[in-house]
Amino acid sequence: MAQYAVLIYAGDSAHAPDASAEELETHTDHADDLAERGSMVAAYALTPRDMATSVRGDTITDGPFLDSKEVVAGFYVIEAPDLDAALAIARTNPVVHQGGGVEVRPVHSGGPVERR
Amino acid sequence: MTVEAAIVATHRREWARVLAATVRVTRDLDLAEECVQEAYAAALEIWARDGIPGNPAAWLSTAARRRAIDAIRRDRALRSRLPLLVISPEEPSDEDSRPDGRLDLIFMCCHPALGRAAQVALTLRLVCGVPVADIARAFLVSEPTMAARITRAKKKIATARIPYRMPGPAELPERLPGVLAVIYLLFTTGHTAPSGGSLVRADLVDRAMQLARMLRELMPGETEIGGLHALLLVSTARQETRVDEDGRLLRLKDQDRSRWDRAALAEAHDIIVAALPAGPPGRLLLQAAIASLYAEAPSYEETDWPQILTLYDRLLPVWPSPVVRLNRTVPLAMVAGPAAALAEVEELERDDRLAGYQYLPAIKADLLSRLGRAGEAAAAYRQAFTLASNEAERAFLAGQLADLTPVEGPSQRA
Repeated sequence: MAQYAVLIYAGDSAHAPDASAEELETHTDHADDLAERGSMVAAYALTPRDMATSVRGDTITDGPFLDSKEVVAGFYVIEAPDLDAALAIARTNPVVHQGGGVEVRPVHSGGPVERR
Repeated sequence: MTVEAAIVATHRREWARVLAATVRVTRDLDLAEECVQEAYAAALEIWARDGIPGNPAAWLSTAARRRAIDAIRRDRALRSRLPLLVISPEEPSDEDSRPDGRLDLIFMCCHPALGRAAQVALTLRLVCGVPVADIARAFLVSEPTMAARITRAKKKIATARIPYRMPGPAELPERLPGVLAVIYLLFTTGHTAPSGGSLVRADLVDRAMQLARMLRELMPGETEIGGLHALLLVSTARQETRVDEDGRLLRLKDQDRSRWDRAALAEAHDIIVAALPAGPPGRLLLQAAIASLYAEAPSYEETDWPQILTLYDRLLPVWPSPVVRLNRTVPLAMVAGPAAALAEVEELERDDRLAGYQYLPAIKADLLSRLGRAGEAAAAYRQAFTLASNEAERAFLAGQLADLTPVEGPSQRA
């Protein structure tokens, strides 16, 4: 088994601070589904692009790091035996059919940090 | 046969089989390649002494696998630092339906997670055993550039765990077109070769043909593979007559049909006839059927135009491309007349995707000329001439333009 990070790209994140449960339903269902199948290792939904702050050199700017149509709306880490299996999981993300997409990257190392 | 000739023939025919067998042992592409190369080198000496074995591929596979096992035992630390390939366990009971790993190998090389250029390079290197230097020459890049491209692709295969495995029935329809596209690209790169380096490029045509034949043998039920193979056969059968002695491009109607390779055309015909009843034909099979029908007519005038038009009408829904629509105007002009075809071409002129496509003004010019509108035809030929990318095509268009001039009045010529 190997770990893959799945970066979710969308026009914006649906997870606004004041988003209702209904608005997030498809995303929550998808996350629950992956968790049930036992392939999910970790998952994070990010707040919308307006909440982002970027730092390059000494400059701090309002907004996402890259000025592009899509932003990283969230990411999760899954476990899969090979790339085909990872892609099969990643492509079930609803964003794939909503004009966005996902990027799948093998994880080199890392994980939750144990805090003392 | 001399030992050298036997080795060359076996290298060309059996490389994929031998490498596939060795990869199963090493689970490392570089080590497998090295062991296979050593096995071929050893064969040169041993076959000269003991005679050529009855089954050269089996001999080489055994020799390469033995080397691999030795190398792994001797020094595991020397093996590449990359993770081992993901290989599905061998199913011993299934020996007959999975005769060897050649399909695993080719589907790994053509995995959609690799870029097209990498897929093509890997297929030539790993499936066909072509040296990196030759691949570099065929694609007009330096050897280090090509070597880096192949190394990067191998690294991604290992790191991202692209499996060494042919896709299951569910994924196959999605994956097969990628493999066929790689083979087709190899073919067209060789087929449309500019004069320089033509030997290397002619080899690409052979390699593509060999791959298509191999896939057809390994997956006989896939009619699109048959379509690809037939398409390559028809194109190759006519290869010799595409240009005249001076290297000038010849239109289909001006080509010497007696010089076409009848055996290749007959093979293509048989493949198409066998595949067509198997179900709704795919894009490659229909393209092959069109090319084959063009080639089967005893003369250009006797081409079965209505049948070709029907095939184009079936091709358009499976491949809704403006280029297909444009090509369809050729049989349309023969069936419904040049005016109807011209109306269709003029509609296609509004499609942005064909802007700058040289064959549009060329076809338009021909239609205008047949309608007696020489002045407009000349303008269209000039437009095609500016867009043409190679010398042979430009020379052809200049010839067409020159042929038009006598039709025009003296005042226009001045």
